[in-house]
Amino acid sequence: MAALRSTASALLGAAAARPSLRMAAAAPSAFRGMAQLADAAQQNSTASEQANLKTFQIYRWNPDQPSEKPKMQSYTLDLNKTGPMVLDALIRIKNEIDPTLTFRRSCREGICGSCAMNINGTNTLACLCRIPNEDKADMKIYPLPHTYVVKDLVPDLTQFYKQYKSIKPYLQRDTPAPDGREYRQTKADRKKLDGLYECILCACCSTSCPSYWWNSEEYLGPAILLQSYRWLIDSRDEKTLQRQDALNNSMSLYRCHTILNCTRTCPKGLNPGQAIQSIKKQMAF
Amino acid sequence: MRLSGLQKDVLSLYRQCLRECRKKPEATRKHFQTFARDEFEKSIKLDKRDFSAIEFLLRKGRRQLEMYASPGVKDIRK
Repeated sequence: MAALRSTASALLGAAAARPSLRMAAAAPSAFRGMAQLADAAQQNSTASEQANLKTFQIYRWNPDQPSEKPKMQSYTLDLNKTGPMVLDALIRIKNEIDPTLTFRRSCREGICGSCAMNINGTNTLACLCRIPNEDKADMKIYPLPHTYVVKDLVPDLTQFYKQYKSIKPYLQRDTPAPDGREYRQTKADRKKLDGLYECILCACCSTSCPSYWWNSEEYLGPAILLQSYRWLIDSRDEKTLQRQDALNNSMSLYRCHTILNCTRTCPKGLNPGQAIQSIKKQMAF
Repeated sequence: MRLSGLQKDVLSLYRQCLRECRKKPEATRKHFQTFARDEFEKSIKLDKRDFSAIEFLLRKGRRQLEMYASPGVKDIRK
């Protein structure tokens, strides 16, 4: 009985997948479809027309009804008609099922850092996260952990940006360039910035850091410290001592206990943990 | 009456709002005061034990206050 039911539902999916022009011929092709499906079941191969359903559980909360509790809402999509990434699925849900679903997105190629969210327990960018095809389990999507939620999957990053502003993330120098044109840098000096300048400030690492969860008011967090290090080792910057001075207290830098969740979660494959260690080393010697 | 910490926070936010109103030009000061009052009265029916909602509204209120307190804002209308 179970087998029968599953073929019937799969068949339904297959019929739905066909364009409406061919609906008239649905009845005969349905029998063919059943034979094919039976074959597919025997050979255990994947039939391309079979609906590949996946359920997404998404965190929902609406600020206009603040007395209502946040809840998880389930959406089921056919993966054959969806792009490969989680962001594609979210966009499809928003376009076709529920236009009230709210999330940030922009570039859909991992360069803007807007779509950072917690997917299946890992902070990552929705546009860089594939929907696992074999795994039939539901996907759970939450906003970044330990952030105030603005709505649904949109976190409030005001504090994060304030902290970024506080490290003065720009070139500071008093002396003009020797030839009056550009500030030159040797190739070796430029190489030091590799692995730092790629950071897109998506806040995945900071919000995965337990130390940052408990001290987000004062501890700067891995993303900001990585940026801080980027300016500390820039050969063109002349305010290195002031920058070090600003970090030299018990909270800003030294709340890093090398938990290294930041490095593990970084969707761009950077190593904020190592950058923080380098700052500590620089301050010690 | 003994007030809880959260109640004190709400009252202090309201007082802060009124204090900021005094810095606005006299002609439009009344508008700011009624606006602040209305914003608080919008959620007057909220259950007093609904802490998460009250905390959210407090955060929202502080954000709004910060925005409207800037000297560039001269008048407010609904």
